Amino acid sequence: MKSKMMNKLSEWLTDEASALEREMEASQERAADEDEAALTPAEIRWAQEEKEEEERIARRLNEWTDETGTKISRTLYSILCLVICLTLIVLLLYTVTELPSFGSPDHPINNEVSARYIEKGLQETGAVNIVTGMILDYRAFDTLGESSVLFTAAMVVLFLLRKDKESHKYSPLAKVMHDNPHSDTYYEPKNDIILQKTAFVLVPIVLLTGVYVVLNGHLSPGGGFSGGAIMGAGLILYVIAFGFAKMRRFFTYKTYQFVVLIALLTYACSKCYSFFTGANHIPSVIPLGTPGAILSSGLILVLNICVGFVVTCTMYCFYAVFRKGEL
Amino acid sequence: MNVIVMLMLVFLIICAVAVSMTKDLLTSVIIYMAYSMIMSVVWITMESPDLAITEAAVGAGVTTLLFFLALKKIHAIDARNEVRKAHAQEKLGGETEHEK
Repeated sequence: MKSKMMNKLSEWLTDEASALEREMEASQERAADEDEAALTPAEIRWAQEEKEEEERIARRLNEWTDETGTKISRTLYSILCLVICLTLIVLLLYTVTELPSFGSPDHPINNEVSARYIEKGLQETGAVNIVTGMILDYRAFDTLGESSVLFTAAMVVLFLLRKDKESHKYSPLAKVMHDNPHSDTYYEPKNDIILQKTAFVLVPIVLLTGVYVVLNGHLSPGGGFSGGAIMGAGLILYVIAFGFAKMRRFFTYKTYQFVVLIALLTYACSKCYSFFTGANHIPSVIPLGTPGAILSSGLILVLNICVGFVVTCTMYCFYAVFRKGEL
Repeated sequence: MNVIVMLMLVFLIICAVAVSMTKDLLTSVIIYMAYSMIMSVVWITMESPDLAITEAAVGAGVTTLLFFLALKKIHAIDARNEVRKAHAQEKLGGETEHEK
């Protein structure tokens, strides 16, 4: 019933429109006839000459903008580039000459704070690596913020890039993956024998290096962030070589959620404990141990492991979500 | 030792200029990776091995990978291959077109 009415309405509308068009055409023709009849031959020639003149001016203007105009704007652009770059270079070089020389004793960073860190750091934190002692004991609150920033970045990447059940309707890449659920390698070559053999040798070494760097963060260079980045790179190499199906046997989205949540909570709780005891002048029950031993320096080892887990999972999460849209 | 550090610093400057001068995005990402690698060696000569490890792992490793993935997402790498294919076809004199 409704569709019939709509059909009728549309027919009537098109009829009306065509009738109007016909009327307008007819009136235009009539007007043209009248014009020609009214104009003398001289007037027509004059109008034509005027038209040609206008066209010639327009052509010349176009030629000018095409050739001279672009030339002028290009020269202006390069001159401006040169001036701005040279000004910046001169300013920065001038600033560099004003800086104190590298490692000089009267450097402004050699103040009482760094003197305190160097003199009492080992005694107060128990960490042989003074950098880790600084970032995970004196300034552990900053490091908690850094871990949270990484976690937030991973969350935002997941919000923006993660596939949902509807996304194959809008995204061509998601559609290809939806149609062939087992080929996550539409854009990547699969079963590359050279890559697989290299990864077979390299992945354990890379992961072990990462674990070493994390666990020895308070003794040797490195720490949670760098070790976590190394382990994340190892996981990424593994997934590039062997694919997501093998990776999912031990690392899924649920693993990611669980590990990152536990790590961040442990970090926050242990730091809450040390803040509480420090602020109330209660002696901490956690022993600092002998400096140099692996089980020393109080909470730093635990914090390093937590940061390492968060960074590893986040690096892998970035890679997986960027490449495939899911973990 | 000092000469090597100077050489590395010059290399860093050349890399930094080259990254912004190259038209091809993939090439500039790879130059950026070389910059990070040399930078991590420079950190070691400045006696900050902690930074060197982080620079090597994050700057040269993970960041480069994420850049590659982003280029793939915007089809910059695929387009590059197509340009190469077109060049190859021009060199072959359009023989491949006949085969199609």
